[in-house]
Amino acid sequence: MLTEEIPRIERRGLVGPASLRGLGLVAGLVCLAVVTLLSLRYGAKPMSTGTVFDAVVAYDPALEDHVIFRELRLPRTVLGLLVGVALGVSGAVMQGVARNPLADPGILGVSAGAALAVVVAISVLGITSLIGYVWWAFAGAAITSVFVYAVGSLGRAGGTPVKIALAGAAIAAFLSSITSAILVVDLSTLDQFRFWAVGSLAERGWDIVAQVAPFIALGTVLALVSSRQLNALALGDDVARSLGQHVGRSRVLAAVCVVFLVGAATAAAGPIGFVGLTVPHVARVITGPDYRWVVPYSAVLAPILLLGADVIGRVVVRPGELQVGIVTALIGAPFFIALVRRRKLAQL
Amino acid sequence: MSAVLSRIDEADRAIVRGARTTGRGRAVVVSAVLAVVGFVAFCLSISVGDFPIPVANVPGALVGLGDPGAVFVVQELRLPRALVALLVGVAFGLSGVIFQSLAHNPLASPDIIGITSGASAAAVVVIVVMHGSGSAVSAGALIGATLTALAIYVLAWKRGVSPYRLVLVGIGITAVLNAGISYLMTRAEITEAAQATVWLTGSINGRDWGHAGPLAWSLLVLVPITLLLARPLRALQLGEETARGLGVPVERSRAALVLTGVALAAVATAAAGPVAFVAFMAAPVARRLVRAPLTMIPAALVGALVVLAADTAGRRVFAPVELPVGVVTGIIGAPYLIWLLVRANKLGTGG
Repeated sequence: MLTEEIPRIERRGLVGPASLRGLGLVAGLVCLAVVTLLSLRYGAKPMSTGTVFDAVVAYDPALEDHVIFRELRLPRTVLGLLVGVALGVSGAVMQGVARNPLADPGILGVSAGAALAVVVAISVLGITSLIGYVWWAFAGAAITSVFVYAVGSLGRAGGTPVKIALAGAAIAAFLSSITSAILVVDLSTLDQFRFWAVGSLAERGWDIVAQVAPFIALGTVLALVSSRQLNALALGDDVARSLGQHVGRSRVLAAVCVVFLVGAATAAAGPIGFVGLTVPHVARVITGPDYRWVVPYSAVLAPILLLGADVIGRVVVRPGELQVGIVTALIGAPFFIALVRRRKLAQL
Repeated sequence: MSAVLSRIDEADRAIVRGARTTGRGRAVVVSAVLAVVGFVAFCLSISVGDFPIPVANVPGALVGLGDPGAVFVVQELRLPRALVALLVGVAFGLSGVIFQSLAHNPLASPDIIGITSGASAAAVVVIVVMHGSGSAVSAGALIGATLTALAIYVLAWKRGVSPYRLVLVGIGITAVLNAGISYLMTRAEITEAAQATVWLTGSINGRDWGHAGPLAWSLLVLVPITLLLARPLRALQLGEETARGLGVPVERSRAALVLTGVALAAVATAAAGPVAFVAFMAAPVARRLVRAPLTMIPAALVGALVVLAADTAGRRVFAPVELPVGVVTGIIGAPYLIWLLVRANKLGTGG
């Protein structure tokens, strides 16, 4: 009922042969390296590539530039890479599992659950530090998605994509309503929350990076390993089953990896929905529907978008900055719309 | 022998006739029940408040009979508000049906297509940048919704508009507009941010005839058009080729449907803000009540009932604190949809 009726779409991507796809991936990695270097160099105080190099190989705590680099630029860039990878990969996995091009990772209620947990943490417990939000957001995201999955999988048929999507949207709406109820009556919480809700990489230090990195690493490995199963799932449950897949088990595995990735990303940087939703579409246009390629391409393209957006946000309104959540949408959306117009989107 | 045969024939025909009519019969019964419950909710919504009026006196006061004080409260204060709730519910319900059916996707409600976020962005600009309130916000929202819809339609146009492309373009536009909203929210004075938050949740607090009147006139035009378009929409659901085979002008019907759906969402959002979840849930709930794939009138009634009940509850449950209606629609609407899903699973009828 979901994607079956979407008009016939391209089966093959722009880049056909596997060797070319591999080359494309390498090109993407080079792009990512350039963006990473830019992210290390530019900010309120630009640095030369030489300074960056020195700060890595010959760190001198007496130099202000080196301290800025070690304590601000580097953790922020690393976090940008991690969150980017997490959002891209989880988006690809989620669309594969839900077989729905409109499914972003938020569909399991992750963002809504994290937001509610953060609002409760601010409003009830008076927590106001970014590091204090991390575990609350993660716990909120995890509990919500388990609940969504459980509700969506009740009954004999198990968790079909439509049921999970509906259950996720319903539960997300429920939680968002409670969040708004708190925000409407509690001004001081709104004052804290509105800055978290934009999605930003600013002022995150090594402590936050260290807390979320293991989850993102684990989730990414799980996703890459299970991309074969995603291919089977994308053909529909019956076909997947006849190909010898344990449909239920594959789906649970994918859901676990989405929770790890999006939970960690949201906990670290706030809700940034657009990346996970659109990057897999771009990846699919390049590679075609094979998840063994879509997942790695998403893992490379998403951090390019996120880090690039963060760099732009840092330099356009210096000395202030635009939050990365805003810039990703502003530069990503026109690109996405152009893509939607130019080509028929590749099939899921 | 022939008598036996004809008796079997007769029985078969009865079964076929039964199968054919149960769908429509159920829709009529469900609609009637929903209408009655909706009317009770309407009267109840008018009767409760700081100046309680017994439900039994409400119908009289509506037509001007009874205690003059009660007549004033009902006709000038409560009736326009209840009417706004009712009409907003109808408009969101129908708009949701149109978009979900057009896009063949239960996730494609007007919130996702970007129309409500266009209205929201414009409203936030009016509140935060221009320091406006009241009808200025409504006017801004209407303009915002119209411009956004236009932009989406133009951007999605390519020798016709495929619903799939429309939805995806809508997602892109929504992302940009939401980014703008977040930006304004972080830059705003906290009191204005709070005002904007209430509006963004969806609220019909303090709505008077100035809101109810235009909304009622617009729906007087839009609802009949929507009901007329139910037929082509049903054909379109069978697929483009089938619809064409049935003699439905595909492009023209689609354009008319999109236009109507946009107009419905726009006037409703202008009056009440983007009331959460109504457009999304009305159609799935109605579908499960009627057990038919496309149900316009029940969906409209479900929408109206949800908004009315939510507004009444939001006013009274935490009185004197008044919760915006959008908070309550999510809190009462979502569990109901979840319960329907769970029950459908138990019965084995699937999602």
